[in-house]
Parts: sequence; C-alpha cells; structure tokens
Amino acid sequence: MTTNVSDIGATPEQGDAEEHAKLLPELVAHLREHRSELREEWSTRITGAHLLSSMTPQEIASETRSVYDNYVEVLETGSVEALRRYARDLSERIIPRGVETHEVVGIVLLLRDVLARSLFKKYQQDFGLLNRVLDAYEPAANRIANTVAVSFVDERERVIRQQQDAIRELSTPVLQVRERLLILPIIGVLDNQRASQLTEQLLHGIRTHRAKVVVIDITGVADVDEPVANHLVNTVDASRLMGASVIITGLSSEIAQTLVMIGVDLNKMNTIGDLQGGIEEAERLLGFKVSKTDES
Amino acid sequence: MLVSILRQGDFLIASIHTALDDTELLRFQQDVVTQIGTHRSRGVIIDVAALDVLDSYGSLSLRNLAHIARLRGAVTVIVGIQPDVAFAIVQLGMDVDVHTALDLEEGLALLEQLTAGNRRGRSTLDVLGDLS
Repeated sequence: MTTNVSDIGATPEQGDAEEHAKLLPELVAHLREHRSELREEWSTRITGAHLLSSMTPQEIASETRSVYDNYVEVLETGSVEALRRYARDLSERIIPRGVETHEVVGIVLLLRDVLARSLFKKYQQDFGLLNRVLDAYEPAANRIANTVAVSFVDERERVIRQQQDAIRELSTPVLQVRERLLILPIIGVLDNQRASQLTEQLLHGIRTHRAKVVVIDITGVADVDEPVANHLVNTVDASRLMGASVIITGLSSEIAQTLVMIGVDLNKMNTIGDLQGGIEEAERLLGFKVSKTDES
Repeated sequence: MLVSILRQGDFLIASIHTALDDTELLRFQQDVVTQIGTHRSRGVIIDVAALDVLDSYGSLSLRNLAHIARLRGAVTVIVGIQPDVAFAIVQLGMDVDVHTALDLEEGLALLEQLTAGNRRGRSTLDVLGDLS
C-alpha cells in the first residue's frame, strides 16, 4: 500500500494555479471565521449519519475540533505531511475503539460536503467566482480525504501485521518437562501454515533437547482438515526417524474421525486420551517414576 | 573420502561424509554388507548427520541396506537424520521401516539393547518400554 497521494481531483486547467493561490487564503479566512457554526453542523451530521457510534459525544467534539483545524490548515498550506501524521495518530487512538474504515472516510467526506455547501452559500451570487473557488477547493479537499483514508488503512494494516507476528511467535511452544521429554500444547486453529511451522519447530526441538519422547497435546484444536491431518501423521513419522517417539493426546472425536478417514496406520500412532495420561505414559517410557513425598 | 566404515567391537559404524551418487551408494551398500560377513558384526550404525539432503533413491538404498544386513544377521540403526531430511523422507511417502536414533551415542545404546537378547525386528518404542 503506497501513501502516494495524487491530485485525483485536479482540474484540467492547470494554468489556474495562480488564481488558486489568490483564492485559497480568502477561502481559508472564510472557513476560519465560521469555524464554530460549520463545526457544529458537521457534528450534527455525523450524529445524524450514525457514524462514530462507539465514541462518546465529548470525544467526537474534541476530535472534530482538531480534524477541522487540521483540515483548514492543509487547505491553507497545501502540505499534507502534518495531516498524515495527525491521521496516523488519530487512527492509532480510534482503531482499538472499533472505528471502521467507512466511518473515517464518511466523516471526512461529510466535512468536505459541509464546507462545500458553505462555499456555495457564500458565492451563490457570482457563479463564475463560485466555479473558480470550487476549482481551488476540490483538489485540496480530495487530497485530504485521500490522505486520511490511506493513513487509516495503513495504520490498520500495521496493526494486523503486528498481531500476525505476535500470533506466529506464540503459536507453537516446544517445552521440555523432563529430561528428554518435550511437550507441544497446540491451541486454536491448526491450518497448513501453522502445521508446517509446528513440524519444523518440533524436529529442531528434538535435536536441540535430544528428546526421546514427545507429547503433542491437541485438546485445544477442535477440528483439522485432511491435509493437516496428513501433515500430523507425517510429523509423527519424521520424529520417529529422528529417534523420538510421539504420543498424541486430547484427540477430539472429529479429528479422530478425520484420521481414520485418511486411513492412518494406527500401529504408528500412539494416542492417549488426555495430557495427564500422555505425560504419565511418556515418563513410563523414559523410566521416570513420580511418587508423592510422605508428608507424615 | 566419501564414507568411512569402522569396526567397534561387534558393531560396524559407517559414516557418510558427503552426498553420494547412485553408483557410490551401491558401492557403499556392497562394502557394508561384505564387512558384516568378514567381521561377523551383529549390528550396523549408519551415520547420515552430514547429509543435508537425501533423495528418494538414497533413502531407498539405506532401507535396502538395512534389510540386506538383517538377512546377513546384523541389525541396522540409522542415526543423525537431519530435521529437514526426516520430513522430506516422510513427505516422499517412503516407508522407512528401520531403526533410527538421534545420534551415534543413542544409536549405540539402542543397538546394545536390540542385540542383547537377540531380540530383532522390534520397534524403538517396545525397547524403550522394556527399560522402565
């Protein structure tokens, strides 16, 4: 996603640049002068359109104030840099509140509309002048709307990427519980990508921990599709090739059915009902004996 | 030197140092099988830790080698299979029904158990079970 903002609303007559430069200050002065009433109208229309429903009226008031000021400032200076920073900042604050893309785009377009209407009203006597004012106003307004929308989406994507990274790191812990005994608790959806990541982590874990027995607990996985079930079986075989036996615990009835459906060789799969049973079996295989200390 | 075959008591330890082509694999297979006879070995360890890749013919040859050795009276344990190699072998759908162990040390320990009571053709898991 690029942040390159082009003049999507540029007029064909680029020679008017000079006139725009003259008209814009006048326009900005007008918008500054009627700041409170235009902002008020904008807020009313936001509420009327049921946008930003997840924010309180006070929050909306303070945000609309700063958005308005930023908006007018960009019209005046023509620099979207400050606005882009502000929009990022704003997005960072409102994304966790559950504000949607259509709401953000909606409020900016509403502001554009409110301001355009006030310009209509001011210049309605002189149609030629109104036309030129709009020629100056619209490209700038479009640029602003574009910048805000792009910044918002960028910020959302950044948040999504960050969360994906976090999930990826958390998803497959390989833990040593006894000497040469590893457990892999798997929770959540097991898709193809996660399954191959799991295999890789497990096989490398076997080598680094010199594991002899591995308990894979899939109590937290509701269901898997056939490719993933196959992958699981392959993982068990590959672990065996590296000298480790795998015990699978917590198979749900759905997964058990899938495994039988793909025709898995049950001699190769060592499955036990729950994690406790799995660890007990693993300890037995490794020759550990756990006993309670006598407290009396 | 591509491979080394060393005698260690009743066992042979064959290490593969680089990737072997098909003819080299066949030659290696023959060498091991011959030496099992000359040394009257009861067990063979094949160390493949140096191999980053193993193609289907390679793994098939190792499996055949293990079966031939068994017919000649020796148990084979393959040790040091790298994680990627292990998964590749499985994904190729090959049924590598031979004993495997993590490394040379583990392989020797496994071989001791496998040959102790002449109990052959049992899985690692069974032997592990006997230990407890």
